[in-house]
Amino acid sequence: MGTTYIPVKTILEELDIDVVLPPMSSKKTLELGIKCSPEAICVPFKIIMGNILEGIENGADTVFMLTGCGPCRFGIFHALQNEIIRDMNLKIEFITADRFSNLAGLKEFSARLKEASPKNNYLKIFNTIRKGLKILDAVDELQELTNKIRPIEINTGEVDYLDTNFSHEIRKVHGYDEAMNLIIDYKEKVSSVKIDKTKQLLKIGIVGEIYTILEPFINLNIEKKLGVLGIDVARSISASEYVREQLDFLPFVHSGKKTIYQAAKPYLEIPIGGHAINTIGNSMLYKKQNFDGIIHLLPFTCMPEIVAQCILPTIEKEQDIPIMTLVLDEMTGEAGYMTRLEAFVDLLVKRKDLKNEGNSLSWN
Amino acid sequence: MTIKVGIPRALLFYEYAPLWISFFNDVGAEVIVSDKSNKRILNNGTIYTVEDACIPVKLYNGHVLYLKDKVDYLFIPRIMGVYEKEYICPKFCGLPEVVKYSIKDLPKLINTKIDLTKSSNMKDAILNMGSYITTDKKRIISAYEKALIKYNEHKSSMKNTYINEQNEQIMIMGHPYILYDEYLNMNVIKKLKSYGYSCITPDNLDDDLVNEYANSYPGKIFWLFFRKMLGSCLYLIENNFFDGVIYISSFGCGIDSVVAETIERRLRRETNIPFMLMTIDEHSGEAGFNTRLEAFIDMLEWRKINENNISTHGNNLYSRENNIRGVRY
Ligand code: SF4
Ligand code: SF4
Repeated sequence: MGTTYIPVKTILEELDIDVVLPPMSSKKTLELGIKCSPEAICVPFKIIMGNILEGIENGADTVFMLTGCGPCRFGIFHALQNEIIRDMNLKIEFITADRFSNLAGLKEFSARLKEASPKNNYLKIFNTIRKGLKILDAVDELQELTNKIRPIEINTGEVDYLDTNFSHEIRKVHGYDEAMNLIIDYKEKVSSVKIDKTKQLLKIGIVGEIYTILEPFINLNIEKKLGVLGIDVARSISASEYVREQLDFLPFVHSGKKTIYQAAKPYLEIPIGGHAINTIGNSMLYKKQNFDGIIHLLPFTCMPEIVAQCILPTIEKEQDIPIMTLVLDEMTGEAGYMTRLEAFVDLLVKRKDLKNEGNSLSWN
Repeated sequence: MTIKVGIPRALLFYEYAPLWISFFNDVGAEVIVSDKSNKRILNNGTIYTVEDACIPVKLYNGHVLYLKDKVDYLFIPRIMGVYEKEYICPKFCGLPEVVKYSIKDLPKLINTKIDLTKSSNMKDAILNMGSYITTDKKRIISAYEKALIKYNEHKSSMKNTYINEQNEQIMIMGHPYILYDEYLNMNVIKKLKSYGYSCITPDNLDDDLVNEYANSYPGKIFWLFFRKMLGSCLYLIENNFFDGVIYISSFGCGIDSVVAETIERRLRRETNIPFMLMTIDEHSGEAGFNTRLEAFIDMLEWRKINENNISTHGNNLYSRENNIRGVRY
C-alpha cells in the first residue's frame, strides 16, 4: 500500500527475517490479482492478491499482512486469499497483524513477529517496532515535502525525478540505519530544488478510502497529476496518521482523530466503519482551511465510502465547496481520468477568479 | 389521534418484522409497512440514490419514498451490530444518513442506535425507540418483551422444517432481504417449487449447529452474515442433505462478493454439490434469470439419472468452467 512497505521491510530486516518485496504494484500485478479474485470485490483486494502471487513467484514463503478487524473487508481479506491460494495448490504461510487498537493487539503483533524469528527476544522486537514507526513518519514527511515542492518547482520534472530515484534506491538498502540515511538524504535533495515562491496555487484536499489514497497505482498518481497542474495537494490520510489513530489509546500517541470526528458531527455523528467519518470530517476541515476544492476517491463497491458519497453532495451545497467523486476500478482509463481532473481544476480556477473579481468590486 | 409509524419493507425488515411491528403496535402507534417491492418502488429508489450503491439500498430508499407522506414517523434504525464483536455492513450503520441525504422533506425519523456489539445497552435503545410514542416506560418494556417472544416464536417456527421434507431440496443463500423479497429474487422459491424442488435457507438450520460449524473455520469471522452462510455451508459439506446450492447476490455488494466466493470454493473443493451464483441488479431481466435456473435444474435432473455412473471421484465433473460465472441477470 503505497510506501507503507518501507517501515515494515525495515522492521523485518532488523529482525534478520529474509524479506522478499513483491515488485511495485503494476499492471501485471493487477492482472494476476483480477484473474483469481471474485469479480465484484474492491480493487484493493485484487491488488493485494496480485502482490502476494508476485511475492510467491519471487520465492516468499510467508506473507506479512496488516489486517484490520474494523467492520470492513480488510478483516477477512486474508481468509479468502488463503482459500484462493490453496485452490491454486500453492503453499504459503500468513502472518497477520490485526489492528493494534489495544494492548492485546500490540502484544499479538509482537508474538507473531517472534514466531517468524525465534531468535529475537521481545525487547528487541519492541524496539524494532519503534524504529519502524520512526521510518514511517520520516517517509511520510518526505512525501509531504515532495508534494509541496512539486507545483512550485521552476524546472518541471525535477522533483519527480528525485521521487522515482528514491523509490528505486529504498528497495536496495538494508536495515534501519541505511533506510533512515537515505530518507534524510533525499529530504535535503528535495528541499534544495529551485522553487518559485510567488506562484499562486489552488488548494485541493483529497479524502476517501485509505488504500485508494495511498496507492499511486490505483489512483493513477493523482498527487503527481494535480501537482503538475499547479495544485497544492493535501491528502487527508497518510500511513503514519493511520497507525497513530490505531495507537491512540497509548498516552504518548496523538492523532487528529478527535478533531476529525468533531468536524464530521453535523453530518455524521458516529463512525460507521472504514474511513467514512474521516472523509466527512476532513472535508469539513478542508472547508474551514479555505481549500478551493475536494476530491473524494473510492474503489468501486466500497461500502463505507458509498455512505460518505451519499452525504457529500449536501456538504458541497451547504458548505459551498466543490467536491468531485472519483470511483476507481481496474477499468479506470488514464485519458478519461485526466480529462475529469482538468475539468475540475478549470472549474476551480474560474470560481476563484469570480470570487476575486467580486472582492475587488466590493472594495470600490 | 394515534401516531403513525412507517416501516420500510426492505433490508433488515425481513429479519426483524415481527419484533418491530408488534413493538410499535403495543406502545400505541399505528404501524404502516410499505407495499411489497415492485417496479415503481425500485425505480424511484434508483433515481434518488447514488449510482454506486447496491440494489437493496436503492430499494430501501424506494420504500422510504412510498411511506414518506403517509406517516408521522419513519423507523430507520441505525444498527451497528447484533452480536458481540461481530459487525454488519457499514451501510446499516449509516442508514439514517443514506436516507436523510438522499431524500428531502422526510417525516421525523426514529433512528435509534442499536448496538449489541458491546455488552447490553439494549434497554436504552428500546426506551429510546418507545419514547417517540409514549412516555410510559413500563409499557415500553412490556411491549418489547412481548415483541421479543413473537420474534423468537417466528424464528423457531422456521427451524428444522427441512428434515421431514419429501421433495428434493435446494438451499438458497444470500441476504435475507433478497431471499424473502419475491420481487428482488424474481420469485425463485415459487419457480423452484414448480419444478418439484423445495427451498431451504440458512434460516431453516438450527442456530447452534450453524455456529458450531462456523467456529471450526480457521480465522476470525467479523460478519454475522458471513458466519451464518459459512456455518451452513460447512454443515452442508458434512451432511450432504441437499441437491444443490443457489447463491443470490447483489451486484455491488462487497460482502456478497467475499462470502459467495469463499462458499463456492469450499463446496467445489470438498463436495460435488452443484453450485450456482446469480447476481441481481436493477437491470436484471427475468427471462435471463429463468434460463439459467432451468439450466441448473436440467443439470440436477441429469445428475440424478446418471448418479450410478458417477464414480466417487466425480468431483471434477462440475468444474468452474462449466458454470458461467459473473454473468448478470
Ligand atoms: S473500506 Fe472499501 S476498499 Fe477498503 S476493504 Fe472496505 S470495501 Fe474495500
Ligand atoms: S450487505 Fe451488501 S447488499 Fe446489504 S446493504 Fe451492504 S452492500 Fe448492500
